[in-house]
Amino acid sequence: IDPMLKKRDDFEDILEERRNSSDLKYALRCYTPVLYKGVTPCTSSMLKSMVLQSDQLHYVINQVSKETGKATDDIKEEASAILEEMAQCLQLSTVRFFAFTLSKAFKTLFRSICVNEDGIQRLQQAIQEHPVVLLPSHRSYMDFLLMSYILYTYDVALPVIAAGMDFMGMKFVGEMLRMSGAFFIRRSFGGDKLYWALFSEYVKTMLKNGFAPVEFFLEGTRSRTSKSLTPKLGLLNIVMDPFLKGEVFDVNVVPVSISYERVLEETLYARELLGIPKPKESTSGLFKARKILSEDYGSIHVYFGQPVSVRSLAQGKVNRCQFNLVPRHIPRRPSEDIASFVNDSAYRLVRAQEENMVLKPWVLVASLLLQYHHQNQAAGQKRGIALGELTAQAVWLRDLSRQYGAFLHWPDHIPPSEVVSSSLTLHRGLVRICEDKVQLAVEQGPHSSVAPEEELLSQAVILLSCASYRNQALHVFVRPALLALAIHTASSNQKQEVFNSFSFLRNMFSNEFILCPGATVQDFEEACYLLVKTGALQFTQQEVLVTERGHRTLAFLSTMLDPFLQGYQVVCRFLCEEATETLTEKQFIPAVRKFIKKLLLAGRLRYMEVLSSDLQKNSLAALLRLGAVRKMKG
Amino acid sequence: IWLNLCQYLFFHRQEILKWNGWGYSDTRFLFNKKGQAEFTGKRYRLSGMIIPALQNWFEGTFGASVQHKSPAMPILTSSAVQPPTLNEAFVDELKSTGIPCSHDAEDRVFRGHGHCLHEVFALREGKVGRVPDIVVWPNCHNDVVKIVELACKHNVCLIPYGGGTSVSSALECPPEETRCIVSLDTSQMNRILWIDEKNLTAHVEAGIVGQELERLLNESGYCTGHEPDSMEFSSLGGWVATRASGMKKNIYGNIEDLVVHVKMVTPQGVIEKGCQCPRMSTGPDIHHFIMGSEGTLGVVTEVTMKIRPMPEYQKYGSVVFPNFEQGVACLREVAKQRCAPASIRLMDNEQFKFGHALKPQVSSIFTSFLDGLKKFYITKFKGFDPDRLCVATLLFEGDREKVLQHEKQVYDIAAKFGGLAAGEDNGQRGYMLTFVIAYLRDLGMDYYVIGESFETSVPWDRVLDICRNVKARIIQECKDKGVQFSPLSTCRVTQTYDAGACVYFYFAFNYRGLSDPVHVYEQVEHAAREEILANGGSLSHHHGVGKLRKEWMRETISDVGMGMLKSVKNYVDPKNIFGNRNLI
Repeated sequence: IDPMLKKRDDFEDILEERRNSSDLKYALRCYTPVLYKGVTPCTSSMLKSMVLQSDQLHYVINQVSKETGKATDDIKEEASAILEEMAQCLQLSTVRFFAFTLSKAFKTLFRSICVNEDGIQRLQQAIQEHPVVLLPSHRSYMDFLLMSYILYTYDVALPVIAAGMDFMGMKFVGEMLRMSGAFFIRRSFGGDKLYWALFSEYVKTMLKNGFAPVEFFLEGTRSRTSKSLTPKLGLLNIVMDPFLKGEVFDVNVVPVSISYERVLEETLYARELLGIPKPKESTSGLFKARKILSEDYGSIHVYFGQPVSVRSLAQGKVNRCQFNLVPRHIPRRPSEDIASFVNDSAYRLVRAQEENMVLKPWVLVASLLLQYHHQNQAAGQKRGIALGELTAQAVWLRDLSRQYGAFLHWPDHIPPSEVVSSSLTLHRGLVRICEDKVQLAVEQGPHSSVAPEEELLSQAVILLSCASYRNQALHVFVRPALLALAIHTASSNQKQEVFNSFSFLRNMFSNEFILCPGATVQDFEEACYLLVKTGALQFTQQEVLVTERGHRTLAFLSTMLDPFLQGYQVVCRFLCEEATETLTEKQFIPAVRKFIKKLLLAGRLRYMEVLSSDLQKNSLAALLRLGAVRKMKG
Repeated sequence: IWLNLCQYLFFHRQEILKWNGWGYSDTRFLFNKKGQAEFTGKRYRLSGMIIPALQNWFEGTFGASVQHKSPAMPILTSSAVQPPTLNEAFVDELKSTGIPCSHDAEDRVFRGHGHCLHEVFALREGKVGRVPDIVVWPNCHNDVVKIVELACKHNVCLIPYGGGTSVSSALECPPEETRCIVSLDTSQMNRILWIDEKNLTAHVEAGIVGQELERLLNESGYCTGHEPDSMEFSSLGGWVATRASGMKKNIYGNIEDLVVHVKMVTPQGVIEKGCQCPRMSTGPDIHHFIMGSEGTLGVVTEVTMKIRPMPEYQKYGSVVFPNFEQGVACLREVAKQRCAPASIRLMDNEQFKFGHALKPQVSSIFTSFLDGLKKFYITKFKGFDPDRLCVATLLFEGDREKVLQHEKQVYDIAAKFGGLAAGEDNGQRGYMLTFVIAYLRDLGMDYYVIGESFETSVPWDRVLDICRNVKARIIQECKDKGVQFSPLSTCRVTQTYDAGACVYFYFAFNYRGLSDPVHVYEQVEHAAREEILANGGSLSHHHGVGKLRKEWMRETISDVGMGMLKSVKNYVDPKNIFGNRNLI
């Protein structure tokens, strides 16, 4: 399908009404959401006892008792305590409180919160028909409050949300979140059968009974880089299980794409990636964030995607008869076909999130500025780019990204130069404009009193922040960019050579970008299609030819991936040169970071982005997966 | 004289039974000139009565209209029937044995089908596919032996025919069959040969029809207690060949529990056990090669069956539950305590409403007043939601005192699940409807509505899930396949076992606007069966596999299982004389 033809809904700004009518009235208004048609009405506390009395739990309690010798009653008590710690207790009054306070906060922070109302309608419909799972993208702490806020606004059933235990550190806030529907999961509970049973049964019970839509983050954690993260499968496995075991007719999964024009945690993330210690999540810390309130964070776009039926996803891929021979309450490791089905589905859903992410012009501008920055730096220039030229480049990139199917919100009724300048204004912390020249805000100050390493880190913060905006557009460009890079690196123009090189790079980077497992050929074809369609490439019987005008596109695309390439190279170099002895996982990041800093300070690396711990972790994971590095126990 | 007598025997069935629909020719539902539904004839309790609510229910449920008729072809044009492929040598030798036979078109068409929707639909349109080339009526076991010998000698294909009530395409002639196909009609083998009161067994010819068997045994004060819903027309041999199940199996058992001895004629000769013992440890039970063989191995000719003294007392009953979940929980508990009455069935809400629509006009004002009061009590006073409640019908049998005791036990259990006794009448009507419900499909087909029922068995923990999912799948598939009106998709639990239950699904829809309704119907039924299997249900509880469900046999019984069945077939019938191609 031609990506240009992707149809997307229109947006509606929900803050507009908030600015014109009483927040209190809004917080107290009548709230009567449509519920699942098969709902069994029950309270939060009834849910807990249903879980404790379930066959699943009985089975696991007996099993644990046999293994540990503990009395079943003790284990039951333990289970009950775990459930207390975990469970949500959704209360409308708390939601109303949030509706009121968030209205205030959102109006100060954001220009608008835009929601596709058609998506809300589809969601309403889905909630009525089947148990629903909401899968928002995760770029900010705000995501789940924002989700509930929107659903409350549209009179849609409020979700229960799987949240990380770290929130519980903030006592008061934790309890507030619990009362607004959050339930808490420990970050790691590897072999704890009891915990796993409780947790999965709790989620399934809420889902099956239609208590509320279940919301969780497929990426598992907030993406610090604005790239989508490799999906985590645990919860997806759990919510698909009731369908696979026939306990419900279907489950509808709704990917939701939340895009921030400016991410609240922008510099926080950059600092985190650079290993500058982050403040522990605490209530007081959150209040310190008050200074955030004085800034302009632009707008938020929230796109509720097409509900995906798990039944239709599984059609022809999973044989549900496999559950016929063992009682369904006995926990079993998912079979191979189910594991790969869930994995494939997860990738599809993350891609669905990506596709509906709204991109702001700034994303394109940041991509261009980054490339300029590195080119100028290499050339020893420090003068920035003229606004006019930047605008022209941005318009070129706008057209290109549209042809690639990007969901770009570029106001066409405003002159491009104004579009670009207003982007620059919103992100004035990251750019500097002087005498009509634009550049990233990283030029070395004359005050050389600062230590060079500190200087390096503060520059890196700016670069990583900028890169996180560029990353928002990566999913649009990644396949053609891999092809561009493949053409660049292949030993000849032979189609097969190029494909081999593409396949290698794709494989290498599959921890870095969302590339569905086993879809190399499709990805290659998609990339070829886009580059041929836009006139950048031509195919003969045997060869791949770059056209006259294609050079610019291909140069842009492959440059986009350069920092990643360099990152992986430098990690390899580190492993070869420095890590002669075995290295523990914990030691890896600090050691590689030190190594890279040294190279950067010596001017031997071009991209400060390689300082990103995300990049370093991903490259290690890739090397592990490819068997270049081995993990040893003990 | 001989010719006349034969003719009477041959045409006997067509005279009183429909050739293109269910049951007796004189019995059918119709909408009279006033638009009221009426049940004609005199054979059933409902016969001759007006059913006032049916039209409303029918039109409301299907979006159909009594104005829009889709009548059947009234008579069969013999030009629609292909001329028979006769094996002259076989026919000549057959005639010399004196066993009656016929290659009259009507006789052949009548025995070339069962009662699957596609079979009846085609007949109503006057379309006839491959049918048997010749029909033969053996009179006894020895006649069958002769026929099978001749069939082997001349390499003709034999298809045994009992009551013709198959709903698995088992009687359909394989279109690829090029040999002469002989329909072996067992209807003349319909005698009880002896009754052994010491051992409580009866030795019966396999062609006897269910109601005739009961009637004859009743004359001597006995019964078999085997009452499948088709018992008016289905035959003993057919029950054995398909592993039939009866409504009252809780007391009397299913066919495999009732059979003591079977005689079957195969191309290799006659298979039977050497004694009439209640149980044996002599390797795999050869009865289990015979039962469920669906006419692929031979013809069942004689059966020794258990009999019981007729029950002293019968009592119907019914219980209303607030919802289907509670009803299933109650049935499960009843099964757990092993106190199931002779029959216990649970209808879902849609069927409950359907049952209501089938209430005949009441003569006395008093009864309807009582009805109103009952309805008020159930829906208002007890807080039952009329769109969720469901009803269980019960039949108790035995000596009076025990029945009453048993009844109390069951009602006490029901009460624990919110069940409310709803009277004998409701129960009795429920069971009466069992026999007339099959006639309703023909009424539907007169007005653009097609449908069918199908069954499965399923472990207890899956009952609710399978009911919900299969009903939902039917609705979804209808939508996907372009059915313009929402279908009727309903179910009931009809049998309970220690480890599970038998579930029946009923499914019908208005096919106006569809160019190939039967194909759509078949796609939906296919999807429903896939859903059943995916939800842990069986391929069939008692209808059998036939050709309709063959494609799922391998996954049902495994590769080795298939190999076992095939090797038995290869040994018993290497030339595929019994060539109906059912089962494997």
